[in-house]
Amino acid sequence: MKDMKETIMKIIFLISACASILAVALICIFLFANGVPAIGKIGAGEFLLGKTWRPNNNLFGIFPMILGSIYVTAGAIIAGVPIGILTAIFMAKFCPKWLYRFMKPAVDLLAGIPSVVYGFFGLVVMVPLVRQFCRAFELNGNGSSIFTASLLLGIMILPTVIGVSEAAIRAVPDQYYEGALALGATHERSVFFTVFPAAKSGIMAAVVLGVGRAIGETMAVIMIAGNQPRMPKGLFEGVRTLTANIVLEMGYAADLHREALIATAVVLFVFILIINLLFSLLKRRQK
Amino acid sequence: MDKFTISNLDLYYDDFHALKDVNLNLPPNEITAFIGPSGCGKSTLLKSLNRMNDLVEGCRITGKVLLDGEDIYGDMNVNHLRKRVGMVFQKPNPFPMSIYDNIAYGPRTHGIHSRAKLDDIVEKSLRDAAIWEEVKDRLKLSALGMSGGQQQRLCIARALAVEPEVLLMDEPTSALDPISTSKIEDLAIELKKDYTIIMVTHNMQQAARISDKTVFFLLGEVIEYGETEQVFSVPNNKKTEDYITGRFG
Repeated sequence: MKDMKETIMKIIFLISACASILAVALICIFLFANGVPAIGKIGAGEFLLGKTWRPNNNLFGIFPMILGSIYVTAGAIIAGVPIGILTAIFMAKFCPKWLYRFMKPAVDLLAGIPSVVYGFFGLVVMVPLVRQFCRAFELNGNGSSIFTASLLLGIMILPTVIGVSEAAIRAVPDQYYEGALALGATHERSVFFTVFPAAKSGIMAAVVLGVGRAIGETMAVIMIAGNQPRMPKGLFEGVRTLTANIVLEMGYAADLHREALIATAVVLFVFILIINLLFSLLKRRQK
Repeated sequence: MDKFTISNLDLYYDDFHALKDVNLNLPPNEITAFIGPSGCGKSTLLKSLNRMNDLVEGCRITGKVLLDGEDIYGDMNVNHLRKRVGMVFQKPNPFPMSIYDNIAYGPRTHGIHSRAKLDDIVEKSLRDAAIWEEVKDRLKLSALGMSGGQQQRLCIARALAVEPEVLLMDEPTSALDPISTSKIEDLAIELKKDYTIIMVTHNMQQAARISDKTVFFLLGEVIEYGETEQVFSVPNNKKTEDYITGRFG
């Protein structure tokens, strides 16, 4: 009787454990089964490097969107990572306790805000500001741009970068810090030249996770990036990302157009796969 | 003149009275051993000498500690104090960087950036710590790849690189094998020509072997302080005798 219970519970645990793996496997199969033939039909070169996306004329080049995603993500890294890392250092090593009690929940809250709310904030506050800026300096652009999207994404990746970096910094053994102090180093020097380098791979992991978050973000980006399916022209002009491409056209696409969108998702999926691989490599090195 | 003059030192961790009215004069160019059972305050006193206790929350100190007549809890800059009073920890704690960078860390901290100068300091410190021959061909490799005994001598070399006057050693051999231990002991004897060494140890033989003076602590009080030979052969206090002969501790 007892053995029976054991066996049943084992099976239940096994099924639970398999559920997530099954989900990933199913998504993979769906994506590749639908996407890869489309890439074959369009031609891999045409599809990945083609500069024109005009489904009505059977032109399916997603190079502008690949670039768009890369630009916007790079911008988010430039805007968000330095602030995030410095915030993490501050919170782990400089923050007075009473302030930490407010800061930590505030950062966590930032992570919990739905992306559509971020997007709305971007649309109502940031886009008009950037538009005014463009007018003032006589730049082309109506405010929806690479710049705006980068800035907003920079804010959105902050909690990820801060959280993971802070954990990495806290994981550095105190003996490094104390060893540096015992040599006559100041608190600041010990933190920046001993503890920070020791946390390097963990902080890199934080950046990689941030990249993953930025490149996969959809809703907020659609609301403020302009979404023109053309080669990016400039920092203050509109751009369309891979994610935006899928969402904007999925509703009415059919046949090859639809398959091309799924193929776009394949490309995005491969990007995320690479990022996750990088992340686990960095994690392993940290140990 | 004495290197350290400690007078009426009391130390509290919050409500806990960890050191009680300590009065000691520690002479230069000698090895002074702090002995006593765990929790007797010997490490606490050691850390008071370079103010590492500042890091402990709720730590409060009254009394005076003079280094060459200067009050280290007075106007003295704490980073400058720690440059003059180096420390070697119980567990070897090389930084996760190259052997070279470990040694150069201190000098760089204190403003030396000339490559040639740093090269000289690195070589001299490693030679002084009797580890140069073992590592001279792998200065660029990570210090974490060394054995425990080598790491500890590297830490000693790192401490020497800032040219301290005093070297505090907190049970420097407790994590090491007998061969590494004897190397560190020989090194300490060698180093006392140029440095004042204060060493906390749990190892009675070690204290007897290498120290000139011995201080015996019990429950935060100095029970006995004297020439090592005298403390170990004819202790003045019954408690010292009991501890040394292994009746408690």
